[in-house]
Amino acid sequence: MFQLQHVEYSVDDKEILKNISLEIIEGNFIGIIGPNGSGKSTMLKILYRHLKQSSGKVTLHEQEVWDISPKKLARQMAVVSQESTVLFDFTVRDLVMMGRTPYKGWLSSDNSEDMSIADRSMKLANVAHLANRALSNLSGGEKKRVMLARALAQQASILILDEPTNHLDIEHQLHLMDLVKELPITIIAALHDLNLAAAYCDELIVMKDGMLHIQGSPESVLTTEMLKEVFNILAGVSKNPFTEKMHLFFYTNTAMDTRGEY
Amino acid sequence: MNKKKFWLWILILIIVLAISIIGAIMVGSVGITPQLIIEVLLFKTGILNETNASNAQQIIIWEIRVPRVLLALLVGASLAISGAAIQALVKNSIADPYILGVSSGASVGATSVILFGAFSFFGVFALSLAAFLGAIIAVWIVFMLARVSGKTSMIRLLLSGIAVSMVLGAMTNFMLMISKEQGGVQAVMFWMLGSLGGAKWSNLGIPFFTFCIVFPLLLLSYRQLNALLLGEETASTLGINIERFRLFIIIIVSLLTGVVVAVSGSIGFVGLIVPHIVRMIVGSNYKVVLPLSALIGAIIIIWADIGARIAIAPEEMPIGIITALFGSPFFIWMLRRERYAFGEGE
Repeated sequence: MFQLQHVEYSVDDKEILKNISLEIIEGNFIGIIGPNGSGKSTMLKILYRHLKQSSGKVTLHEQEVWDISPKKLARQMAVVSQESTVLFDFTVRDLVMMGRTPYKGWLSSDNSEDMSIADRSMKLANVAHLANRALSNLSGGEKKRVMLARALAQQASILILDEPTNHLDIEHQLHLMDLVKELPITIIAALHDLNLAAAYCDELIVMKDGMLHIQGSPESVLTTEMLKEVFNILAGVSKNPFTEKMHLFFYTNTAMDTRGEY
Repeated sequence: MNKKKFWLWILILIIVLAISIIGAIMVGSVGITPQLIIEVLLFKTGILNETNASNAQQIIIWEIRVPRVLLALLVGASLAISGAAIQALVKNSIADPYILGVSSGASVGATSVILFGAFSFFGVFALSLAAFLGAIIAVWIVFMLARVSGKTSMIRLLLSGIAVSMVLGAMTNFMLMISKEQGGVQAVMFWMLGSLGGAKWSNLGIPFFTFCIVFPLLLLSYRQLNALLLGEETASTLGINIERFRLFIIIIVSLLTGVVVAVSGSIGFVGLIVPHIVRMIVGSNYKVVLPLSALIGAIIIIWADIGARIAIAPEEMPIGIITALFGSPFFIWMLRRERYAFGEGE
């Protein structure tokens, strides 16, 4: 569905993405992982067309993304970026209704269908009870869920999330991942937490120094060797005894050396 | 903000506006009763066939005071909606309609006409025309300076607006300094602080039509303006062609402010403060902010003009002094309040 062919991106001679070719299959939950500065966010920004690749080709359903009209693209793809500051205050409902923007022409007004889509999106993102609250009075986690509800109201078949669990407490992290996982659409998320990535994603894309290091199922990708090479950490791979999902344990040599001292 | 509350506000503000208009027509060296005003208005618009008003009263009401209050209404409404739109455009709460260089450009144009008689072949329109041209050229320079490799950065737009305004301000000051004419210098000062004294039926047309085009265009763009407040990245993922939309807003807003400044001088503060007042009352949804800003802006300028006319009567005070004198304390009161955060929020 989504295809990248030899995509490069550079700013002032600095290469940020180097020769990336990959394909994203419809309906999968894709996690993009990699250390800071490995190009995760840049790659997402190229996918959702905030940045234009310096060379190479990005196609969605065989069509170059830059040839798709902004409105049409926004109906196919919704994004929750890291951008979170909203100038001035909106109610949660007003903000979620903004997700209907790509369906609106100059003269069209909000109809009852838009209202019910917004209601459903709010319910799904667990913010329905906040509908009439002002955004500025919400906690960080609530705001994130409101942004997610806004993206859901776009009714797109692709949802892109840039570090969606940032600033969320553990309960909301898991809740958000559960919710997203349940959606019958393609999800592409940059994730920091490797255990969340392991537990929820169907496929992982590992980035290192602007290059695609490896792509594959969590089981095939998350190996002790890869974690040493890409993340420069020591890790053991095990299983979460409750969910039966893959679980990683991290440690450093320093921690190993001081183990006996306590 | 529900529909009922919105229409209630619209209704209240229209009533206040109507009262303000009547009040503004009453005030002046010749006292006039409200009945007489309504009678003359109905007579002139052809609804009444006769009137008890004397010829002199008719002229004072219809040829002098009515155009003036209508100009006040147009100027106030235009500056307020322009300010609201510019604040969304640059995503900054300190922005006003003049941030793109409109007033400093207009000042250069107006000063060269007043002091050196430039554009004299345009006769009575020379001043307005020069001010308008100055405004548009200034905005164009600011916009071009803010464009780097095909993209317009909003912070560059703000900063180049400041830089260009400084250069143009220096040019105006230089012209003032070398001018030997005391009367001319005073006329320039008066123009720069704004005045509605020049109101005539003949110069209401252009601001009226510009407003009638720009206001609906802005109102129809309310979704895009709202989306811009979420940040440019999010706005573009909502299907908005950001570069094109910004250019569109810059063009229509500078046209409107340029036209308004050309007839009234650069009246400050209204464009900055009115959108904030409205957001404090009804929230930030531009569908609501734009119409309420227009009404409140109109009411404020009408009252400021009444103040300008009576403060040091029979002399007239520049209206800019009134708006700044009363606007600033109010603004300070607003920014001391906790509930309204001027978009800082986070």
